[in-house]
Amino acid sequence: MINLIVDVSRYFMILLIAIYTYLNFRYFSFQDEKKKNSICRRQNIFMFLIHLLAYGIIWLEMKDERMLVFYAAQVLFFLGYLFLYRLFYRSLSKLLVNNMCLLLAIGFIMLTRLSFDRAVKQFTIVAAAAAVTFIIPFVIDRAWQLSRIPWVYGFAGVILLGIVCVAGTNSYGAQLSIGMAGFSFQPSEFVKISYVFFIAAMFYRSVSFPTILAVSGVSALHVLILVLSRDLGSALIFFITYVFMLFIATGKWRYLLGGAAGGVLASVLAFHLFDHVKTRVAAWLNPWSDIAGKGYQISQSLFAIGTGGWLGMGLYRGMPRKIPVVEKDFIFSAISEELGGIFALCVLLICLGCFLQFMMVAGSMQALFYKLIAFGLGMIYAIQVFLTIGGVTKFIPSTGVTLPFVSYGGSSAASTFIIFGIIQGLYILKRNEEEEGRYES
Amino acid sequence: MKANANPKANHQILILTYGVVLLFIGLAAYYGYFLQVKSESVINNSYNARLDSFADRVVRGEIISSDGQILARTDVDGEGHETRVYPYDSLFAHAVGYSVNGKTGLEAQANFYLLTSHVNILEQIINELYARKSQGDNVVTTLDVELQKKAYEALGKRNGAVVVMEPDTGKILAMVSKPDYNPNTLLNDWNNLVADENTSGQLLNRATQGLYPPGSTFKIITALEYIRENPETYKDYTFDCDGIYENGDYAIKCYHETAHGHQNFTQAFANSCNGAFAGLGLVMDLNRLKNTTRQMLFGTDLSLPFPANRSSYIMEPGADIWQILQTAIGQGQTQITPLHNAMITCAIANGGTLMKPYLIDHVENAGGDVIKKFVPQTYETIMTAQESASLTELMRAVVTEGTGSAIRTDAYTAAGKTGSAEFDKNKETHAWFVGFAPAEHPKIAVSVIVEEGGSGGKAAAPIARSLFDLYFSR
Repeated sequence: MINLIVDVSRYFMILLIAIYTYLNFRYFSFQDEKKKNSICRRQNIFMFLIHLLAYGIIWLEMKDERMLVFYAAQVLFFLGYLFLYRLFYRSLSKLLVNNMCLLLAIGFIMLTRLSFDRAVKQFTIVAAAAAVTFIIPFVIDRAWQLSRIPWVYGFAGVILLGIVCVAGTNSYGAQLSIGMAGFSFQPSEFVKISYVFFIAAMFYRSVSFPTILAVSGVSALHVLILVLSRDLGSALIFFITYVFMLFIATGKWRYLLGGAAGGVLASVLAFHLFDHVKTRVAAWLNPWSDIAGKGYQISQSLFAIGTGGWLGMGLYRGMPRKIPVVEKDFIFSAISEELGGIFALCVLLICLGCFLQFMMVAGSMQALFYKLIAFGLGMIYAIQVFLTIGGVTKFIPSTGVTLPFVSYGGSSAASTFIIFGIIQGLYILKRNEEEEGRYES
Repeated sequence: MKANANPKANHQILILTYGVVLLFIGLAAYYGYFLQVKSESVINNSYNARLDSFADRVVRGEIISSDGQILARTDVDGEGHETRVYPYDSLFAHAVGYSVNGKTGLEAQANFYLLTSHVNILEQIINELYARKSQGDNVVTTLDVELQKKAYEALGKRNGAVVVMEPDTGKILAMVSKPDYNPNTLLNDWNNLVADENTSGQLLNRATQGLYPPGSTFKIITALEYIRENPETYKDYTFDCDGIYENGDYAIKCYHETAHGHQNFTQAFANSCNGAFAGLGLVMDLNRLKNTTRQMLFGTDLSLPFPANRSSYIMEPGADIWQILQTAIGQGQTQITPLHNAMITCAIANGGTLMKPYLIDHVENAGGDVIKKFVPQTYETIMTAQESASLTELMRAVVTEGTGSAIRTDAYTAAGKTGSAEFDKNKETHAWFVGFAPAEHPKIAVSVIVEEGGSGGKAAAPIARSLFDLYFSR
């Protein structure tokens, strides 16, 4: 009997997220504010239904009262967050808040299934990050002085990354984090933001050649430290983001093409210099030749995705724990295995929807500073999603980055909250400007 | 705040956005392709522990012969205990394999199908309601019980292997390897089978894994290379055999030092004259010979749906005379599996085109509806139709006037090549026979090896004969 309920709920969840995803894109075709609001309301219902069904299954499988308490806490959190955000920020992007909540909910569901303790820890950090970052839209809307301190961002970034490179703890061959009071803190997640701010603030001042040289130098320093820390996934994200931002700031194609050529050259160099790059490329080209060794992680991931198929095995019916670091870099495989390929594809599309919103905000901003920030953060987000999902599905070699809001990891969650908060702030700023403009005219 | 320095910024943001969207679409398309097309072959892997968990909800399906006989089934008793039963005991031991202490043979290859249920959805729901297992899909093989039995009995107590195939489809009709084991009592016998002092290797499937010197069956390759290098004049070749061919300090003997006398090319092939073929080795371009063996799939991993060992040919240009003499007659360091020898034979029988060998014909659900059908696939064209016709002519002569006399009959026109492969000076040679029939429109091909069986013509060809007789009597 349980099997049947689990199966039926699984199909319902796939249906619900498919409709949610459809609404996410349908939203863009409406101009009418009422229709947009009604879409967002329906999205909320679907999200809570997916959440309810998933925890229903978890409860049936585990029969553990703590799950019910945890579920209730999450529902309270989501209701509170959605309500308070709308209360304080009247002209917010509801779509973006909805997507945040949905991605977080999917993350909680998978983490609960994978490791209850980690899910609780993640929830605590998310709740704290949500509370702290609540103020960000307010700050962005008012503090235009943020554009005046580029060197603060630049130095902060280099110093933070430098500390990790020298004193960081080693995990899977890379220096990623520093331990602090029992928490491990991953500065590169936050430096992503300061880095974008640095570039945006500098180019806002001037796009003269000396400035470009200076910015390029500091950016190269960021990338270089990351390479030395062997955090090549982040190094790649930083590099591409810089090239793109430079292109948008100057409008000159030669920078984009030159950057692309430099990137290819650097990749070839990295391949020859670093053994672990070679290993990953080899595991990507043919994971089957060394399933027990170097190809283990990616082949387990493909087993998970393939065995799950389009409809998934159902929660607790797969073996996602066979994949090393499944809660972090390979969470997408676990989603695909147990919730199904269609569900996972919807997650991919929802992430793409978030990116499109980022770009719309970037397009609507007048000041280059804000435009570049929205653009840069959006690119960082998109590249990260692409690298992680492309990596676990063997579309590209695996680079070891997390899926924002879904993967386990406090730093990742907190920094994504900040990024979404900033975009939300810019959105609100723009909407307020428009409203003021309407009053004036 | 001041205005934008780059007036085209929004346009360029749009371009990059399109670029990212395109990347995501590519990723999604790849992902869909993987799920829809690639995943099945990926997940049916012995390293994928997930398949075992399928057994919690599905009763392992049956393995069935092409004529509908059950080769493996799972019996479930009143308390839900499952037993895998093999009605033919050891007859299909290596072809069907086992599924305890790991999986081999079809039990491994078809694991995913056997543990997937396609019974109708209503039945599945009812099964779920009562927490019953669903019946897994059945795998219908290309194996033919009569031919398998015949090959098994003909090989008798001797060690060796027999592979029977359809040249124009690649279907494997029979696959026998001896010594064998009884899959029904495998768990009890396990310790003996894997004991260190047990050197007979019952668990090894010699048909796909056994590596043997090809002996005179390699003369097919040597002949092919000679034909390729001398397409117009190869038939003019003559050789006078006095039983021992001498070259400096080296001597190559014909089987039992038989003096074949004056031989033309066809006679030398038909009588398997070692002297003649050793001499051919010396006049060949070793580089081209090596390329030909590569084309015949020596030294490459065969891309088959089941595991098979890689045959080896390692003679490089510049090899010394002794190595050349030995290699040209299939001795030396060359090694081949019986399956690979069957494949080369099939390609000759099929106008030069090798069809991919396969064992699963289709998968059907417990009700008999076909779920998945496997169709013949071309592996590669490894020689021209002209070359295959020339080789067929030579192989036909082996039967009509040479060492393959055991298979000479008016009932059908067989073609083949015998081999007596030396592997240890103090032991009898391994007896080989590869061949097909009828020579004009081949329908069946065999590869037989009898370990320490003596001469190929006496020990192996009669086994092929009995298989052909059975096949053409039906």
